Amino acid sequence: MQRRLTGSAEDPRIKARYRSEKRFKSYTVTALFVAFAIIIAFFTDIISQGYTAFWKTEIKVTLDYNERAARIGQFALAEDLRDIVSRGATRSIPLEIRNNPELAGTTREAWVPTYSRVDQYFKGNEELPPEMAAQVESLKEAGIIRTTFNWAFFTSGDSKLPELAGIFSAMVGSILVLFVTLIVAFPIGVMSAIYLEEFAPDNKLTQIIEVNINNLAAVPSIIFGLLGLAVFINTFGVPRSSALVGGLTLALMTLPIIIISTRAALRAVPDPIRLGAFAMGCSRWQVVRDHVLPLSLPGILTGTIIGLAQAMGETAPLIIVGMIAYIPEAPGSIFESATVLPAQIFTWASEPRKAFVEKTAAGIIVLLAVLLTLNALAVFMRRKFERRW
Amino acid sequence: METEVKTETTAGAQTMSQDVNNTPAVDESTRPDVKMSASQLNLWYGDTQALYDINLDMYSREVTALIGPSGCGKSTFLRCLNRMNDLIPQVKLQGNVTLDGEDIYDHSVDVVQLRTFVGMVFQKPNPFPKSIYENIAYAPRLHGTGTSRSELDDLVESSLKRAGLWNEVADRLDTPGTELSGGQQQRLCIARAIAVNPEVILMDEPASALDPLATATVEELIHELKDNYTIVIVTHNLQQAARVAGYTAFFHMGKVVEFNDTDTLFTNPKEQRTEDYITGRFG
Repeated sequence: MQRRLTGSAEDPRIKARYRSEKRFKSYTVTALFVAFAIIIAFFTDIISQGYTAFWKTEIKVTLDYNERAARIGQFALAEDLRDIVSRGATRSIPLEIRNNPELAGTTREAWVPTYSRVDQYFKGNEELPPEMAAQVESLKEAGIIRTTFNWAFFTSGDSKLPELAGIFSAMVGSILVLFVTLIVAFPIGVMSAIYLEEFAPDNKLTQIIEVNINNLAAVPSIIFGLLGLAVFINTFGVPRSSALVGGLTLALMTLPIIIISTRAALRAVPDPIRLGAFAMGCSRWQVVRDHVLPLSLPGILTGTIIGLAQAMGETAPLIIVGMIAYIPEAPGSIFESATVLPAQIFTWASEPRKAFVEKTAAGIIVLLAVLLTLNALAVFMRRKFERRW
Repeated sequence: METEVKTETTAGAQTMSQDVNNTPAVDESTRPDVKMSASQLNLWYGDTQALYDINLDMYSREVTALIGPSGCGKSTFLRCLNRMNDLIPQVKLQGNVTLDGEDIYDHSVDVVQLRTFVGMVFQKPNPFPKSIYENIAYAPRLHGTGTSRSELDDLVESSLKRAGLWNEVADRLDTPGTELSGGQQQRLCIARAIAVNPEVILMDEPASALDPLATATVEELIHELKDNYTIVIVTHNLQQAARVAGYTAFFHMGKVVEFNDTDTLFTNPKEQRTEDYITGRFG
């Protein structure tokens, strides 16, 4: 029997084809590998730099509320500890004594944060002068210095002292800004999309609007910042640096994203559903309210979450409207000066002190965690509520 | 090029309307009441004319079948009867359509109101992605014809019974309508249309997406519904038209070529084109 199916081993053309196929496949695998390696490298770098910020070095001291400490807090400490303990730990002692005169003359033991350089020394990031290093090592051995979880990173605002700086005020700022963005962009975006998709006639005007909305989604975000500055601050006098102006500016940026994703969600509702409803005497609004909206809501919410996640990571337009300020106290309302997570990261990144490097990385970790959670939520909702016809 | 074609066909239509009177050759006295009627109806999609001078009567409590090859305008005509064409942009319409003598294209006519009188069932079953109960109760609740729970319960039951679906779904009214089989879905859509209590039901190839068994059930249903409703049905299936319809109109190239009672049209067509179509020579 003549075998015709095995001849490829000798056929140079077939061999060349297999070779080029292999080569092409290897390119694609390499590209994937490189992309993956970059991501891994990025995460490893950020996490290895940042995880130490979630720990802090504390020292057990005796605070002596003596007369001199009533004027300068540092005098509450034993002299040899003054360079080791964070200045922030004793800063409020004069105030405490003034508010509560009974404290005067008493002493109290407390665990307080160490000076940031000591903290960095124990984390292996920074060197100390030899005698100081010997001192803190012996304190550590004596159990006077310990390492604990840095809750203060999540519960306190920014500080000029890195050992005290936290992301709380930036978190609150981000939440307020996103709240404003959501309140403004969601109803306007969804309503515009419903009008364009369900009510508007297909004419030149709506086509122009449609093209412009698509273009708006591609406008660099800093332009929206300039627009926010010109319109909200200069024209309407919205307080500068406030969560309100930041939220409004980001709403401008998020609006086209919400409109586009809402329109896509509405378009995904099959026409027979609409026709069926029309045929039984529904008005247009009834068709939208009872049939189209319930079916497209998961898609609309997914798009909104993705838009908000994008807004949350946005820095440039917020710098323009002044949200890059130093905010140690969390804002209490949308009218107060605020900062947001990415802006806080930006502020810390421009600090020369070594201790802020880990703060920056830790801030990035928190921001990434929040963004990944939001995106995961969007994916989850799409999977869970997706309908097929 | 296109205008040439148009003038040519329009000229054809004129000679046409001279040839055929578009009224069936039934005895004047036995002819039933006209429920809906189209006269001199012309329709354009943009610049393309789809219907030419349609004159057609649909008789009360009868089934009128519209047959013809694809693109002949029969579905377009059907959608004129409850103004579903209003939803398509760039549709232009001339002439008039009446329901019990009332012009449905009059300015004062409320389309929403019209559609409660003229219901529609589509080619592909399109139940709402809601429960079977909700599918039917939705419209009565919307139009205020059924308000209390017990009223709605009765209405759902009677509509499903009329659509011959009650026995199959009575114990699972809460399951989504989309989980039924194709034939059941289509009967659910018919029940849904009935629940609005219309006078006319339009059906656009209601059985073309169904298997033969389900088709037979739907046809039987149409036959029963005839006693209470005026039915206009578009169908590709000539046997189906012969089985369910009392009257049949043959559409070709946007014109009614012949309209007669079904028996006469199928056994003794007057027009050559009708004969060619029903004998399978084209279409």
